[in-house]
Order: sequence, then C-alpha cells, then structure tokens
Amino acid sequence: MGCAIAQDVVIEIGAMPVLVRTSSPEFLQILRERYGGFVNSSAQPVFEFEVEIVRPGTIPTAIGDDEVLSVRFEAGRWVLERGDFHAELDPALHHGRIWQSATPYAIDAAFRIVHSLLLAKQGGLLVHAASVVRNGRAFLFAGVSGAGKTTISRLAPPDATLLTDEISYLRREADGYAAYGTPFAGELAQPGENVHAPLAAIYLLAQGTENRIDPVAEADALRAVLRCVLFFAHDSELVGHVFDSVCHLVQRVPVRRLTFVPNFRVWELIV
Amino acid sequence: MSPVYIARVKEVAARSIGGEMMIMSARDSMLFSLNETATAIWQAADGATPLAEIVQRSVCARFEVDAATALRDAEELVEGLAQHGILKVSNLPIEETP
Repeated sequence: MGCAIAQDVVIEIGAMPVLVRTSSPEFLQILRERYGGFVNSSAQPVFEFEVEIVRPGTIPTAIGDDEVLSVRFEAGRWVLERGDFHAELDPALHHGRIWQSATPYAIDAAFRIVHSLLLAKQGGLLVHAASVVRNGRAFLFAGVSGAGKTTISRLAPPDATLLTDEISYLRREADGYAAYGTPFAGELAQPGENVHAPLAAIYLLAQGTENRIDPVAEADALRAVLRCVLFFAHDSELVGHVFDSVCHLVQRVPVRRLTFVPNFRVWELIV
Repeated sequence: MSPVYIARVKEVAARSIGGEMMIMSARDSMLFSLNETATAIWQAADGATPLAEIVQRSVCARFEVDAATALRDAEELVEGLAQHGILKVSNLPIEETP
C-alpha cells in the first residue's frame, strides 16, 4: 500500500500568502502552473489550506450546481459550498480544509472567498474590475460583465502592466489605496502581473460612440462601486466593514465615468 | 391613537456620502438612499421620542410642510424601512440593546 506524502505551495496574492497543502502531486502541479507568478515559497503564510482531492460525485456538498455558491458561518467556522467543492475555514486558527476534485476552478473560488473575508477586516476589497499600472500608478476599470473590462485591457499600450482583466485586488494603505495583481483572469485568459502600485483613479466603464470622461457624484460612485464589489458572506459585521471601505474608497480616490469606443486612443485619456 | 416609537437597527451601516444618507442592510446587503426629510427622521430615531414629535421637530420645523401630511409621509416611510429591517417600530419606547 502506498503512502502519499503531503506537499505544499505558498500562493501570495495581494501580499497575503496562503499555504496550500495536498498529498496529490498532480494537483500540486496544477497549482504551480496556474498560479506561477504568485508562488512565493519564502513567504510566511497568513492562512493554510488542506486540500483533499476526491473523485467527482463524492464531494460532501449539499449544492448540486457548480454555479451556486453558499457561504455561511456556523459554530465559529466559515462553510463554503458549491457543486464542485466543500470547504470549512476556521478564522481563529487561520486554517481551512477543502474537499474537491483535481481541478483549479474550486480552489480559485475558495481563494477569492478567503481573500474577500481576510481583506474585509483590513479595509481591502476585491472588485469586479480590470486594473492596469502605467507610469507607476494603477487605474481601475469597473463594470459588470460586458462593460468592457477585457476590451480596455486588450487596448492597453505596451508600456502598461496588466494587474487583471477580471478581479481587482485593493488594499488600504496609509495614504490611500494600492492595487495588486491577481491570477484571476477573465476573457483574456491571462493572469495579471504580481506587482502593485498606488491607485490613482477608478473608471466606471460604459461603451459608447466617443471617448470621454465624465465626473461622477460621490453617492453615485458609491452605488456603482458597491455593485462591483465581490463579497459572499451575509455577515453583518463584515458587510459593515465592506460598506465602510467602499465609502472610504470613493472619498479618497477619484471615480469617473469612462465612455469609450473600442480603439487604442481611449488610453490617451487615462492619465 | 397610541404613539409610535422608532429606533435604528444596529445591523446596518450608514454613512453620509456627498450629502446623501446611504444605508446598507447587513441582512441582505440592500442599499438605501434617504432624502433630506427621511434622513432627518432616521437621525432622530432614538427609540424614545414619539414619531409625531420627531416629525414636528425635525421635519415641520425645517421643511415647508403641514404637520398632517408630514406625519402621514413619515408613517409610510418608517413602515417601508421597517419592512426592509433597517428600522424598528413599536407602540412602546424601544430600549437600546447592548
């Protein structure tokens, strides 16, 4: 009888290292390939995951649909369930277990949830937005699916660094916010660069017949950004933190509406 | 008619942004935006002051509206906010829970 030895990999997204331990060499290889630029073996993890690889159809989840996600807090633990995984996270012990098949999709979803929970208390946010660094400053392009996040990312000039075309990672810093690269890719199917920069502006995307930038009132900015924030838990304390963070964000960082036609000249407006 | 008392629910986050009172319900993450008169009532909802007195002090004294109309509008408002779980309404004073 063989004895599988657990191995681990530390994946650092948004300066938040998370250790993933598994006894599946195949899954470990999947993680290393998917999160390549975000693997940092020397980082001290802030959270640890044990991943148990199980056969599809034997995952202990009550959710039958891979599109439906349940996040609840029970007996001091977060319980995350989707058709393709079941996870239990203990925030006090900074430790979680996940049962899933050997695909990257479940751990990807679990990472997003864990990061959103960890960030909430630190004033950070995951936002459904593309983000790009240019001349040392980060620009965020927020919008729902179809608003143009991938399009604006594709049109970025050669001197721009893509942080993500799908999920932006914002952390509150002493003098504002910083945007970090994430491996969470949208239609571009390309992970962002693992770099960060001070957030200079947030653009609310709208496709139109001309390139233009319009001011946005603070209250409208709050509504629009809130619609794009990824948060999964119905927990009053954390929802309060997220709301406070978005209020703080729109008061500290300029929010504008960017209407654009899909050609590279739109980037002449992004300064 | 017995007096109506109103109190803000603790499980909401409220901030004034760009002159608008924005309230988010932690229960269902719904976002509410209150106009000036609704904000005045929300801010005065201490659980101890009857709604009629709040309307008199915070609405009629500041906005050009007659007392009966203001009270009727306020009753509709608090009923709606209570249905969304962001305001408590009672015929007795509402004590603050620790």
